[in-house]
Amino acid sequence: MTPLGVSIAGAIASFTLVLVVLELIRSHRLRERYALLWLVTGLTLTALSAWRAGLNTIAGWVGVRGYPPAVLFAVGILFILAVLLHYSTVISRLSDQNVLLAQRLALLEQQVERGATEPR
Amino acid sequence: MSDIAVIPVPADRLPGLAELRRIAIVPALNEEHALPGVIDELRAFDPGLDIVVVDDGSVDRTAAVAAAKGALVLRLPFNLGIGGAVQTGFRFAFEHGYDLAVRVDGDGQHDPQQLGLVIEPVLRGEADIAVGSRFVSMGAGYRSTRTRRVGIRLLAWVVSRIVGQRVTDTTSGFQALNREGIALFARDYPHDYPEVEATVMVFRHRLRLREVPVSMRERGGGRSSITALRSIYYMVKVLLAIFVGLFRRNVVPQEDSL
Repeated sequence: MTPLGVSIAGAIASFTLVLVVLELIRSHRLRERYALLWLVTGLTLTALSAWRAGLNTIAGWVGVRGYPPAVLFAVGILFILAVLLHYSTVISRLSDQNVLLAQRLALLEQQVERGATEPR
Repeated sequence: MSDIAVIPVPADRLPGLAELRRIAIVPALNEEHALPGVIDELRAFDPGLDIVVVDDGSVDRTAAVAAAKGALVLRLPFNLGIGGAVQTGFRFAFEHGYDLAVRVDGDGQHDPQQLGLVIEPVLRGEADIAVGSRFVSMGAGYRSTRTRRVGIRLLAWVVSRIVGQRVTDTTSGFQALNREGIALFARDYPHDYPEVEATVMVFRHRLRLREVPVSMRERGGGRSSITALRSIYYMVKVLLAIFVGLFRRNVVPQEDSL
């Protein structure tokens, strides 16, 4: 069984994550689209920390015999990987869009300058 | 496909409309087939209506056919999603000082002949935003998948509870707005699947929203931007946005606050 202290600390920490994410959305610093994965992470970890019997059962399924909280770490790391991968796709898209914007700006600037210097 | 008895109001029967600077905002994504018809119908409804087509990164000839029809075209360099596209139109309307804006989707599902119904409450000063609803009169004119209908109903129920006024169609993009409405949406407009959050926003900013019954048509071309799996994601996202939004402090937007 998971030590009680670990359960309590885990639940508090993960629930704090949920609250922080909600506050970030509220203050317009985080878009809902990018917050969802974080919220799922926080809620899942909160649930697994608080529901001690469940964590034990899951640990049994995946063959973790000695120390059930190891499952918490594993799940946490999985979610962090998912968030990072998601961000990589977002960054890729943003850099593509950035290139496109710069190109459009250069074309526009050239048009504007030509318009300004051409004799009427 | 209008099997609801909705009697259109022609533009010349709307007193005061001719004095207003008015614009139709038409978001379009790959709608080269439906768009020319929509523009023609808008002109037929009201020749004095300016038309701005927001091309949300189409890969077909959407921008070209719109320009050929004489519409103003705002061409986004890449796809922003419906929220970002529509807001581009609102910003345009705001910065160019329009008094009245209507939003009509480029796929032809909104019938410009029924615009009079949507404009009327705004013109009479009874609403800042009027929305054409498919469900006010419970007509059979609108067909959709069951999942979507259930989703639309659920959102309508949640929104009605929150705003304290019966709202039947929170996903309708068939709208008319006065200057206050334009200013609000020019400044702040939700992304992705914007109408639901926008409805709540309107109430939180103390603007008056009125629904009017309309019938909508089958889509003229293109595909709906919302597929089955995505609707679930949107549902969760929108509900999250609504609930978090309840904890925001909102102010009534000022003319010069952009």
